Amino acid sequence: MILLENTQASSVTAAIEGERARMGSPAVSMVLTLIVITDELHQADALAAASLAAREHPMRIIALIARPGREEARLDVQIAVGGDEGPGEIIICRLHGPVSKHAGSVAIPLLLPDTPVVAWWPGDSPENPSLDPIGIHAQRRITDTNASSSYVEQLGVRLANYAPGDTDIAWTRTTPWRSILAAALDQPVGRVTSATVFVQARVPSGLLLAGWLQKRLKVPTHVVHAKDPGISKVVLTTTKGEVVLTRPDGRVAQLEIPRAPIAAVALPRRTLAEQIAEELRRLDADEIYLQALQGVAKVIHDAHGIDGIGLKKSAEK
Amino acid sequence: MTNPLRDPDDRRIPRVAGPSGLVIFGVTGDLARKKVMPAIYDLANRGLLPPGFALVGFARRDWVDQDFAKIVHDSVKEFARTEFREEVWEQLVSGIRFVAGDLNSDESYDTLKKVVEELDVTRGTRGNHAFYLSIPPGLFPTVIQQLKRSGLAESDADAWRRVVIEKPFGHDLASAQELNRVVGEVFPSGSVFRIDHYLGKETVQNMLAIRFANSLYEPIWNSNFVDHVQITMAEDIGIGGRAGYYDGIGAARDVIQNHLLQLLALTAMEEPTSFQADSVRLEKEKVLRAVVLPRDIEKHSARGQYAPGWQGGVEVKGYLQEDGIDPASTTETYAAIRVDIDNRRWAGVPFYLRAGKRLGRRVTEVAVVFKRAPHLPFSATATKELSNNAVVFRIQPDEGLTVRFGSKVPGTALEVRDVNMDFAYGAAFTEDSPEAYERLILDVLLGDPPLFPRHEEIELQWNILDPILNKWAQKGQPEQYDSGGWGPQSAIDMLARDGRMWRRP
Repeated sequence: MILLENTQASSVTAAIEGERARMGSPAVSMVLTLIVITDELHQADALAAASLAAREHPMRIIALIARPGREEARLDVQIAVGGDEGPGEIIICRLHGPVSKHAGSVAIPLLLPDTPVVAWWPGDSPENPSLDPIGIHAQRRITDTNASSSYVEQLGVRLANYAPGDTDIAWTRTTPWRSILAAALDQPVGRVTSATVFVQARVPSGLLLAGWLQKRLKVPTHVVHAKDPGISKVVLTTTKGEVVLTRPDGRVAQLEIPRAPIAAVALPRRTLAEQIAEELRRLDADEIYLQALQGVAKVIHDAHGIDGIGLKKSAEK
Repeated sequence: MTNPLRDPDDRRIPRVAGPSGLVIFGVTGDLARKKVMPAIYDLANRGLLPPGFALVGFARRDWVDQDFAKIVHDSVKEFARTEFREEVWEQLVSGIRFVAGDLNSDESYDTLKKVVEELDVTRGTRGNHAFYLSIPPGLFPTVIQQLKRSGLAESDADAWRRVVIEKPFGHDLASAQELNRVVGEVFPSGSVFRIDHYLGKETVQNMLAIRFANSLYEPIWNSNFVDHVQITMAEDIGIGGRAGYYDGIGAARDVIQNHLLQLLALTAMEEPTSFQADSVRLEKEKVLRAVVLPRDIEKHSARGQYAPGWQGGVEVKGYLQEDGIDPASTTETYAAIRVDIDNRRWAGVPFYLRAGKRLGRRVTEVAVVFKRAPHLPFSATATKELSNNAVVFRIQPDEGLTVRFGSKVPGTALEVRDVNMDFAYGAAFTEDSPEAYERLILDVLLGDPPLFPRHEEIELQWNILDPILNKWAQKGQPEQYDSGGWGPQSAIDMLARDGRMWRRP
């Protein structure tokens, strides 16, 4: 671990090169740069998850932690190269005072040459990630709507400002559900006529899952608020009966499909590291995410009384 | 009807096997315990198995379902790649059945049939079952015939029955053809899955990506630039407890016939028109058909047996001293051969294949060694330490790619020396980089055949090896070589005759 206080980006680059030379490992095979834009509150969890994901995707992780305030402009940097943290490099930059307004100037010299850049906001994210001073350098921009209290409006904003390369951890969370539901419809279960998603209040993943179902199936799709954690149940009514996927306790789920015995399926909630690793597997545009966002506007929101029109309005604001 | 929830653009959703079950014959074997069962758990843990998946064990043991479940549980705990999760295990264990029976007895197969039918009802496997024959190949005819007699090999039109077999696929061309006839009588060729676990490895698939997705390598992938190719599979262990299997088989049949010739095919084949199974196989078969042996096999091949000695700081027995090995055994534990490929791309480029036990370290690699630059505008002393450039596919361990080239040594004198550039992708932890058996078992359940060799390939491979084996059979005991080294002197001589050297992998 190297500490550089009151420094600048060129000294950081020099320190990393020095450290690599000292370790006698000049071979660098990192596949991408991950910029984590965060604050002191979220940084520890986010960096722990990112360094676990670095085992699958060897990468340079740059954490930009803004410390705005009336302090003088100062950049403090911690560097960890290789070792116990994982195969990549972690550069933690604390941007004090006015520097916090110029995070891009810190990040640009530190990007690995000619490899993809991914930006991740584990906490609050910008309204328009693709135009953000950091986001503009990234081909993949990961937001996390779960962290926001006004998630319904947030999803509207995501849709309004969508650019290819945008994605959201709330969307990543739906993958295991989507996977089982898609597999269920590989079976002769009939044509789906309506869909309902049961989800805990303030969990945007449920809304995105419903949006995806709506868009793909083009049937009336409802969201019902439930007490169980996260997404707890999905019902697809078909011409032959019902496909029901339930997970009351957040780990083991049950799948019921017409004319087949009820089966237990493992559907554990995944860690942030697993979700980030999934995000980093594909760096191109996620068009299905866009479809899900579009579908959200048509979801019938049973508990809140928010309907498609209400959502659209917030998106236009 | 297409599934509206599936979209080729939606690449987050994995392919999940449909309702199905797997019946394993020979559940007490090492392979079943160390590879197959853990792979099934890992697949379940990654959410790639259908909810009602069923696993049936068949063996001559006085067990009930729970006993077998315990065996699976222990094997999963010890060997699974992914973390043990109680909820995944619960899902799996409810579909575990055991049939105690004899491979010869009609009654046992009738019981198995009832169990399979019961699973169709209670687990919803819908008549889809794969039979994994993890048993000595001598027993294949019995089992296959019994599967036919009991009606287990047949299914309704919309369901499937598949059979999975492991190497060795015979011990020469005639026996391979016989085996194929036996299996082919009962199962159509599309339902027979021959497992060569090397082909399930990420790096092996990566060879195709590196060759055909880049513009960097393909232009120089021919006899204009390539001097020769070395394909190595070295093991540091001896035969261990496998004396019964190994003696009489040897390194060439065990490894060169299948793994190394498949690696050769992937290295040398032309670009397939697509990555559909049939197109890839077509190209592999074409190149295997073009393989020719040296006129003087004796001069261009080598074989050896490891001698007693020290390997990695441990005193080890020689092959002839191993338990259960005849001291007069002529089975080779090291084999090296040269083959050439008679086509425009590879004319004049020898392919050297070697495989051995008790060598320096465990490593499998394909090294494409390039010709030296036609002219070196340096003094002779400056390039003394420069050898040939090379591209090396590291198959295991430490999967990746190495490029070797010359670089100037810092200093005032101009001196060029070999350096290596390594690419290693990911580490063992990654959930996305599955063990070869996971990939292959999933492909069996999905009915996706690209990674399985077809019987034509197997027969072509025996066709290449048979003359060499016949020659060797006349020659008595192989040369002894030092344990922990890199093989017998005759292997070194064999390359020296061509003016070349083995790489130290």
